[in-house]
Amino acid sequence: MSLLRLEKVTRSVELPDESPLEILKGIDLEVSVGDHVSIVGRSGSGKSTLLNLLGLLDSPTSGEIYFDDELVSGFRSGVRDRKRGSDIGFIFQQFNLLGGRTALENAMLPLFYASGREFWNRRKIATRMLERIGLGERLDYMPERLSGGEQQRVAIARSLVRGPRLILADEPTGALDIETGADIMALLDEVAEASGAALITITHDANIAALARTHYRLDKGVLAPVTAQAVHAAVAAEVPL
Amino acid sequence: MSRILTGLWGAILEAWSELRIHKTRVLLSLIGVAVAVAALTAVVALGQIAYQAQVESAERSSGRPAMVAIYAYTESGEPVSGEAMETAFDTAVERYAVEYSSRNGYFDGRVQFPTGVEQVGGQLVDVDFGTMHRVELAQGEWFTDRDENRLAPAVIVNEAMWEKLGSPALATHPTVKVLGDTETTAVIVAITPSSQFDTYPQMIMLYSAWQRATTPALVASQQPSYEMWVPPEMSEELLPLLKRDMAGALGSDVIVDATRQDYLAWEGFEQSMQILQLLIGGGSVLVLVLGALGLVNISLVTVRQRIREIGIRRSFGATAGRVFFAVMMESIVATAVAGVVGVIVAVLIVKSPLVQDAVSQGVVDAPPFPAEAAIIGILAAVGVGALAGLLPALVAVRVKVIDAIRY
Repeated sequence: MSLLRLEKVTRSVELPDESPLEILKGIDLEVSVGDHVSIVGRSGSGKSTLLNLLGLLDSPTSGEIYFDDELVSGFRSGVRDRKRGSDIGFIFQQFNLLGGRTALENAMLPLFYASGREFWNRRKIATRMLERIGLGERLDYMPERLSGGEQQRVAIARSLVRGPRLILADEPTGALDIETGADIMALLDEVAEASGAALITITHDANIAALARTHYRLDKGVLAPVTAQAVHAAVAAEVPL
Repeated sequence: MSRILTGLWGAILEAWSELRIHKTRVLLSLIGVAVAVAALTAVVALGQIAYQAQVESAERSSGRPAMVAIYAYTESGEPVSGEAMETAFDTAVERYAVEYSSRNGYFDGRVQFPTGVEQVGGQLVDVDFGTMHRVELAQGEWFTDRDENRLAPAVIVNEAMWEKLGSPALATHPTVKVLGDTETTAVIVAITPSSQFDTYPQMIMLYSAWQRATTPALVASQQPSYEMWVPPEMSEELLPLLKRDMAGALGSDVIVDATRQDYLAWEGFEQSMQILQLLIGGGSVLVLVLGALGLVNISLVTVRQRIREIGIRRSFGATAGRVFFAVMMESIVATAVAGVVGVIVAVLIVKSPLVQDAVSQGVVDAPPFPAEAAIIGILAAVGVGALAGLLPALVAVRVKVIDAIRY
């Protein structure tokens, strides 16, 4: 079943001289429940813009985006925000944990925007999630007292507390060493698979991309599929995709 | 319904969490706003106290509005008969159903103090005078009708005179000897407060009691003024009628003058009060603008660091409305608390003896701290909070989430 579908999506911005700059060109992408997709691209290739669109944070200049086979452009702003909160989980390169709040408080954050049982049981849900990813002993730790890997684990717990159907990981290992990065990706893959959520990893690292089952390369605004063989060859040759 | 409830509660928890975490920034905002509100409230309160003090002072000296003073004189300079004047005045009071009226005269008496005999100024009034001139008493009760017939006249003395007499307890019915052509022993029934500048002994006696106690020659020489307290809206109509009636009763050679003497009849008073209010208002607005600028400044500085946090919240499902509400509420809650602190500080400042002495110079009955000033202070704080919160809230709503997160 198609969870997220992009059809001929373009995104342009206006330059100071009023000429348009096309960042994304005719993007077609389909992600289903349980998929693990990697999108590789260099800086300036349009990854952030694509992430905005995939995360329902921005609207395309042309083309259509469907979420659960529903046209996203038909959603009102509040509906779109709530859908993002309930169905999409974000993981960022710099973890983006909120300072001054404990691991538990950070993990609880998305549940503040939930309603009903999710909202009222937020502490219990966040605690369970942190325990599940091995941070049960660090609930009251401030981010600065956690290692990079632990911080990213908290970020993963935060992205999963509402049981999202789509996880968007933006350079999830970019700020970690290779070993920790591999651990984090293994964890992410495991929890995504266990929950049946689709996982889209945006990265410039061929090693991380190789962990996905479906691969794409974004180059100058054009998204093109890449074969698994090409990805593994790039990993073996230690060259960028 | 459940979503609204959880949204509201969630926003409150969020705002509280923000305030708790950003203690330093909140404290800075609190200090700036609290100082501005304290200054604003204090200025408004002091202005109102000064205004009230002026009004009360004016009412004590020239009576409450509308106070009509009636004088009668002859072109030849011959004194008008006191008896005839009193009869004409009493007839007018009765005819126009005036509720409060009084004579107002002065005498000099020599008083026996423990330290010797001293000349003391005395005022001669009727019972109604106390109400008409808002006379305040530090102890005892103002004259009553029964005091008119006392054998030993009742007298009210000021604190300076009472202290000079050795501060006797009123319960002991202390007496004072007033010497003159006749010697009178008067009973002190009340004490008027004296300000720190009012060091001369003074006394007040009922006109009728004084008439009985003194010589006919002195009574005849007394030319008191005659006062009526009438509703202000009636005064314009009443003045020509009083002149006509009393002149008719006193004879063709007597000229009667009836004029309002209260502060409202003096245009300059209103003008000076308007200038005072304008200055106070201008000062208050200036203080508030400075406070608001300080807060906006802090808000602008912090908005940059908050953009990232807001971006994160948006990415996890916070709607634009929720972010706007939370940021605004955080600002308003903080400034409301600052407002309360500011008002408390203002009350402490305004009610401090040092400030009270400076503001209420010469005024015995300083008015209480005006509730209006406190309300204005808190409303101003909340208003400033809303205005200062609006800018970051608008910025927060317009945040481009991924840009903010990668910022």
